[in-house]
Formats: sequence, structure tokens, C-alpha cells
Amino acid sequence: MGKEREEPFSHKLPRRRKPFRWSRFFLYLFLGIVAVIQVYPLIWLFLFSFKNNNEIYSGNAMGIPHVWRTSNYYTVMTSGNVGRYLLNSVIVTAATIVVSTLLITTSAYAIARMHWRAKNVFLNYILLGLMVPINATLLPLFIVLRQLNLLNSYFSLILPYVVFALPMGVFIMVGFMKNIPRELEESACLDGCTIYQTFWRIALPIVRPAVATVAIFTFLSSWNELMFANTFLSDENLKTLTVGIMSLSGQQGTAWGPIGAGLVIATVPTLIVYFLFSDQIQKSMIAGAIKG
Amino acid sequence: MEKLLKDKKAIFLFTFPTFLLFTVIVILPIFFSVHYSTLRWDGFSKSTFIGFSNYKSLFVGNTDGFVQSVINSLILALVSVGIQLPISLLLALILARGVRGERFFRTVYFIPVVVSTVVIGQLWMKIYQADYGMLNTVLKALGLGQYAKAWLADTHTALAAVFAAMLWQYIGYHMLLMYAGAKSISPDIYEAARIDGASETQMAFHITIPLMKPILCVCVVFAVTGSFRAFDLIYVMTGGGPLHSTEVPTTLMYTTIFSRYQYGYGSAMAIFIIVECLVCTLIIQKLFNRKAED
Repeated sequence: MGKEREEPFSHKLPRRRKPFRWSRFFLYLFLGIVAVIQVYPLIWLFLFSFKNNNEIYSGNAMGIPHVWRTSNYYTVMTSGNVGRYLLNSVIVTAATIVVSTLLITTSAYAIARMHWRAKNVFLNYILLGLMVPINATLLPLFIVLRQLNLLNSYFSLILPYVVFALPMGVFIMVGFMKNIPRELEESACLDGCTIYQTFWRIALPIVRPAVATVAIFTFLSSWNELMFANTFLSDENLKTLTVGIMSLSGQQGTAWGPIGAGLVIATVPTLIVYFLFSDQIQKSMIAGAIKG
Repeated sequence: MEKLLKDKKAIFLFTFPTFLLFTVIVILPIFFSVHYSTLRWDGFSKSTFIGFSNYKSLFVGNTDGFVQSVINSLILALVSVGIQLPISLLLALILARGVRGERFFRTVYFIPVVVSTVVIGQLWMKIYQADYGMLNTVLKALGLGQYAKAWLADTHTALAAVFAAMLWQYIGYHMLLMYAGAKSISPDIYEAARIDGASETQMAFHITIPLMKPILCVCVVFAVTGSFRAFDLIYVMTGGGPLHSTEVPTTLMYTTIFSRYQYGYGSAMAIFIIVECLVCTLIIQKLFNRKAED
């Protein structure tokens, strides 16, 4: 059998031999076809990002490129400004993750571990955020940011991204914080820790997996966000990848290769994160969906 | 210890920033939107209070196609629940019953969910491209060349083409939720059923699906409210065109506010979307609860 890989889902079913083998065959055929449908478009994207229009127009729209034109990537990174968009996305996403993690862990700690009367009211209040469609906050935020002269700044994106990460993050984090054994805090208390030290040295290290889960979730939603970014930024130098590659088709006209290269550059970071943490991502999506 | 955990100052420090930001960025804007929706306002000059007129013009004597956009989003909700969820359910049931490569398939099906909607949108524009797009190339290869067309430019096919991309992207998401639901059912139940001679299909319909009701409810709610809120993919692929054929309330709201500067009227659309989502969520949960009682 070899070592069982740790499954993120509770029950492992005993495998049973099927008597009728054709049904098995069709089952796998079906699963395989769906897998191809789900992934092939992305492979196709990867392939045409190395082609030029001549190659595509002369009949190789689907196959392996005859020549792997890495120059397409060079073109969009330099002339197409994609390098700048990438940097902006990294800055905005990193700042969002740091600030939201700080707010989420402290609030969740106060809700899950500390004693005060309004803590459940506070938790439910924050969870209201899971029901609010972001479309409804777009215009008011736009007007406020405009009045404060904050449109076209990293801040105008970091602020809403952080706040919209809070409800889901607090929800997941409270669940984890509740499971910290009381003895650990008590022994820390005997050693004369302050509450801040207890939070920082005892609680936070224990919930590290949860912090990772929440951070990944936040990464995906802010890295991929379009509506706020598209509305609050018009300065070419501040655009994030999502907004930037929207305008890429405009800049590159109908050149398939460079546009494809831009799309691949925007996708690779998410795919790396996904393949590194796929179990955690899947768990966080489930945890987020099955709320109270 | 008790004293430490009741530290008022620490509690305040830990929660107040969250409370403040959340209130200012999420809760207050809703009230602002409600207020804006009663105004005639271009966002710059002075606004006039006009009561419920904006809401009335959404439906009575409507000229910008709002009603059609609502119908489009209802169609999307319908195909999402009627086509996407059954496929997801089938995949989830197969994977949850244990097949070789369970983890591999689960991981692969989920990939489109993590990819940015902008990338997905641009990619599907290429797939639908008239001359060299993947769809038409495949059709021609299969000898079905006469069906090839500019899918997104044709008012008859644009809506279906956009919806297909949306269904494609989120099949893996619903699959995963349902898979988790099916996985949390105790294997003992299946053992018992198997001893009684139940087939796999019987077990799926009589054990798994009934026990998955709570997660199915979540999926239906997500599919329906997701359809009402859908914006990114449509905005990227067609922007609501050609000739408003793919318009949904969110895209119309966006152009109303940011291209036509009708802030009040656009806000009325935003509020309509919130209310629509809330009402449908409540109705779906009611339906599922009633079914659960039977």
C-alpha cells in the first residue's frame, strides 16, 4: 500500500472490486473527458502563447508550436507594461494579506478566547458581511474615495480587499481558535505573560495552519479581483494584473501570442499557489461555504 | 488568568479596528446606496430627492432594458441549477465513492475556479474567435464546419456562449462542496445498505443525496445568488453586448453609473440586486427545510 497520503476529508472508504468492468471503463472515460474539458483550454492558452499569428493562421491553431517563441513573453513584459501590473498586484495583494491577517487573528482571538458580553453579537455582525454583494458597496466607496482624493492609489484597493476578507477569515479563524487547549494559556499566564504575549506567543503559533488557509483565500480573491480595481484605478502605473490584461487586447491588437503570454503570466502565480496548497485551498473553500 | 482574559483594553484593541473598518466599508455603504437610490443625481451637481421614482422606472416604462437583464440573470440561475449543479453532483458522487485518482480528478476539476475571471474571459473570447478559435477549429475538424460562427458577436448565441464559460468555470467549485458533503457521510451506513443488497445507484439516490440536503441547499443558494451577482466574466467577454443581448443587472448597473452618470438610478439597481439575493436565499432555504421535514 505504501504510505497513505493525508486526505483532507474525513472518511476513507474501503475500495471494492466491481464485478462489471465495462461500467468502470465508462466511469473513467467520463471522468477523463470532464478533466480534459476543464483543463484543455488552459493548455491551449499555454501553447498559443508561444505562437505568432502566421503560425496560427496557417493552420496550427491547436497543436504544439513549431518554434517556442519566448519573445512573446519578453514583448508583453517590456512594451506591454505587464511587468508593472505584476508588481502592482504583488504589492496590493501582499499588503492586503498582512493587514487582514493581523485584523482577523486579533479579532478572532478576542471572540474565541476572551470573556466579554458582546462577543457573539460582534461575530454575527461581522458575518453579515458574507451576505452583502460587493456590487452594492461599489458606488458609495467610489464617492468617498473620490472625495478623499484617494482614487488611483494602492490604498483604494487594499482597504476594500482587507475589509471584504474579514468576514470569511474571522469565521474560519474563530473555529480554529476555539480548539486551543486552555492549559497552554494557563501555563503561559503562570509564567507572567501579558495578554498580548499570550496571543502572540501561544495562540498564534498554534493556529498557523488556519492563518495559511485564510491567507491563501485572501490571496486568491484579491489577486483575481476586477470590479474595484477597474473602477478605482485609471493610472497606467498603478493598474493591477486583472485590469491591465483587460486593456492588453487593446494594446496588442489581434496578436494572439503576446496576449496569450500576458494571460499566462497572470495565471502562473495562482497556479503555483494552487498546486502547493491545493488541499488547504479546497478545505478553505469548503469551510467558507458551510458557515454556522 | 480570568483577569487576563477580561482585559477591556486588550479586547478593545483587538476588535475595534475590525469593527470600525467593517462598519465604514461594508455596512454604511448599503445605507448610502439606499439613500442614493431615492435621488436624481449625476454625482457632481446638486441632487434632487425623487422618492421611489428610480425603482418605478426600473420596471414601468423602462427603456434601458433592465427587465430583459433581469430575465437574462434568471435564465442564468436556471441553467446553473438545472445543468451545472447536476454535472457537479454526478462528479461529486463518483469521486466520493472512491475511484482511483480521486484526489487527482478533484484537483484538476477545481483548477478553473482559482484562475482569474479576466483570464478565463479573455481565454474564452479566443475559444469563440470566429476564424481560429478552438470551438470552430474543433467543429471544422469534426466536419461540422457549417455551424462555425462568431459566437460572441451573434446576438442569438452570445448569451449562451457567455453562460457556457461561466458554468464551465464553477463546475469544480460546486463539485468540491458536494464532494465534501458526500464524504462526511459515515461509511457504516453504506455497509449496512450493501448487506441489504442495495446497488450503487440506489445508495446514491436513497442515502447520499438525501443526506446531502444541507450542502445541496448551500450550492443552490450560491448558484442562484451567484447568477444574480455575476459581473466579471460578462463584463470582460461582451460588456453586455452585442446590442444588450448579454446584459445582466450588474453590467447594466455599471454602465448606468460609470458611463451614463445616473448615480441614483444605478443605486436603485444595486439595491434591487441585494433584495433579489436575500429574497431568493430565504425562499430556497424554506423550500429545502420543507423538503427535509417530509
